[in-house]
Amino acid sequence: MAATPLKVRLHRRGSGGTPKPVGRSVWRSVRGLYRVMRANPLTFIGFVLVAICLVLALIVIVDPVLIVPYGASQNTGVYKEPPTILNWPPSIQHPFGTDQGGLDIYSEVMLALPLDLGIGIGIAAFALVAGGALGLIAGFWDQPRTLGGALSLVIMRTTDVFLAFPSLVLALAIVASIGRGVWAAILAIMITWWPYYVRLVRGETLAVKHLPYVTAAKAAGVRETRILTRHVLRNVLEPVVVYFTLDIGTVLVTFSTISFVGAGIPFPGKVPEWGSMMSFYQQNYVLSTYWWYITFPAIAIFMSALAFSLLGDGLRDVLDPRTRRALAESSSFHEPPPEVPQPAAAPDAAESEEEAIEEEAREEGAAA
Amino acid sequence: MGRSLEDLVIFILKRFLQLLPVLLGVIVLTFLVTHVAAIDPCPRWYQKASLAVINHCKAQFALPLWTQFWNYFTQLLSGNWGTSPLGVPVYPVISSAFPATLELVLTSMLLMIFIGIPLGVIAAQFAGRWGDHLVRVLYLSGWSIPTYVGAIIAAVFLAPFLGLPTSGEYSAPPPFPQVTHMSVVDAVIALNFPYTIDAFSHLILPAGVLAFIEMGNATRMTRSAMLEVLPLEYVKSARMKGLSNFVVLYKHALRNALITATTVLGVTAGGLLAGTVVIEEVFGWPGIGAYAFSVLGGGGRPDFDGAIAVVVVFAIGVVIANLIADILYGVLDPRVEWR
Repeated sequence: MAATPLKVRLHRRGSGGTPKPVGRSVWRSVRGLYRVMRANPLTFIGFVLVAICLVLALIVIVDPVLIVPYGASQNTGVYKEPPTILNWPPSIQHPFGTDQGGLDIYSEVMLALPLDLGIGIGIAAFALVAGGALGLIAGFWDQPRTLGGALSLVIMRTTDVFLAFPSLVLALAIVASIGRGVWAAILAIMITWWPYYVRLVRGETLAVKHLPYVTAAKAAGVRETRILTRHVLRNVLEPVVVYFTLDIGTVLVTFSTISFVGAGIPFPGKVPEWGSMMSFYQQNYVLSTYWWYITFPAIAIFMSALAFSLLGDGLRDVLDPRTRRALAESSSFHEPPPEVPQPAAAPDAAESEEEAIEEEAREEGAAA
Repeated sequence: MGRSLEDLVIFILKRFLQLLPVLLGVIVLTFLVTHVAAIDPCPRWYQKASLAVINHCKAQFALPLWTQFWNYFTQLLSGNWGTSPLGVPVYPVISSAFPATLELVLTSMLLMIFIGIPLGVIAAQFAGRWGDHLVRVLYLSGWSIPTYVGAIIAAVFLAPFLGLPTSGEYSAPPPFPQVTHMSVVDAVIALNFPYTIDAFSHLILPAGVLAFIEMGNATRMTRSAMLEVLPLEYVKSARMKGLSNFVVLYKHALRNALITATTVLGVTAGGLLAGTVVIEEVFGWPGIGAYAFSVLGGGGRPDFDGAIAVVVVFAIGVVIANLIADILYGVLDPRVEWR
């Protein structure tokens, strides 16, 4: 334990001045991830659950027969015949039971996995790209009385307007006016989701923009667009991607709620979806008798959303420099404070990450 | 420059003025989504209605966009918000349902503050240890559970266990006049003690579910604000003076952390309001949320005028909540210049 910090430090110092090969930076991020996991067991659980979700979804997309025994309602073909036992509680043959229409609920839940995950990831990614780009522009060119300043003002005021709409309620209005369907629900979330990213990215950009290394790049005559993409974007990316991870779970839950109020994909149909499944069963059956109809889709939504939330929340904790510093210090309330000089704030994210690892290593040394 | 009383008035007035373009934007965006995005909506909105009604609707949509917007805008301002498919005018329904929703949302906000914020303090106190992990699992569970699942679990399993009612505002129609249309407040005004208890027991479960689902932001923000404050010198010196742990955490540290946590009010307003749609439907609460749930008509024809009204009311609610949070922040944080 005590030898680790020394080794780490020697390694860092050795690679300091020379340009780093790509392989090493990949290795470093893998090792960084490992440290994050070890720091908080919940983040690790989240990581494992996310991995399981993604692998299962991939299997369902590539070769569903492997894990989906009975196929969707109108999609027989390669699958086994639909079960003939109607309305059967969970058993070995049908682990989640069957419903009144003879559907195997386990198969339905599994078949819904790629769609629900895809919607969660897709909508959050759209918000990340659209909102992120606008936020970057609004943060980078914000001097008043310039063209960029005017643009930035317009972006921020528009963002304020969009932020006011709860997506569920807007979905209701969109469905009332353009009609029911999956696109109405997706449109409603897409319209209401990007403004958060504008706010977040703009804030980060404003903070990064005034750091000395950006000023230095400007003084060296680097073009503004290049500063934006090469120097600012790269350092803004990290907190935003973390927020994105956390957000996937929230989108999932919101989409299922929109489906639940009757604005999503109809069930039973070609492709099942968790929210509309639950909506259908809840409206047509007595749930206290047929508890398995609704319990398993509910667990599926809850577990997949919780997976992304645990991972994202844990990552955010570690990557937020303020919380990280405070976490390091607050634990020293209860133990004698280690005699470590406070590291100076580093402008570059890669460097600050290095320092964080070093800091952690020193603490381990002190604790040992 | 400063924080005198005149400055405060100017500060608040300025915020109000900044509100106006946002409100206008909300109204315009609702118009775009509901009027411009819809392609030949009349037959769908007015199914089973007479041909005259459909033709009237079509004539409305044939008008130039500016005229359409002007008609919509003036109707919105004058309180003529159209009628539901059953012929009930929308505006009176919404204005009488509004206090019930306000009561529900304010109660869950209070619960969120009195449960969510101390949880954040506990998480910060035990940062990186099991207390922290436990709180994290709790608030992330609220975050990850869909509102309807939480509501159904509470109504089907929790309510019988706790002996709480699951439907409506009172067990029996109240004998006193409903002055404010807020169940508990009305009972208190009428000095009717049994009804106050009854109204409160009806309120607590839906408000509790809503608070649990939206609590994550409050807890999370309090935690990170506390983590930022705890290492500061003044907290350390309070500890060194020998003050008890409780006093240091809740009187010294939390007071500063709360300034940051006021932003929670604005952040969660949208979530709380959206949550009422499902919560009010499940618990039979006579508010705007239950009305919003009914606008799609469940297979029948949608209540289009109602949908527009609901969106506008909810969006304005969020804007106003943000204004209040903004002003509160300015008042509480001595670093904010009021002018």
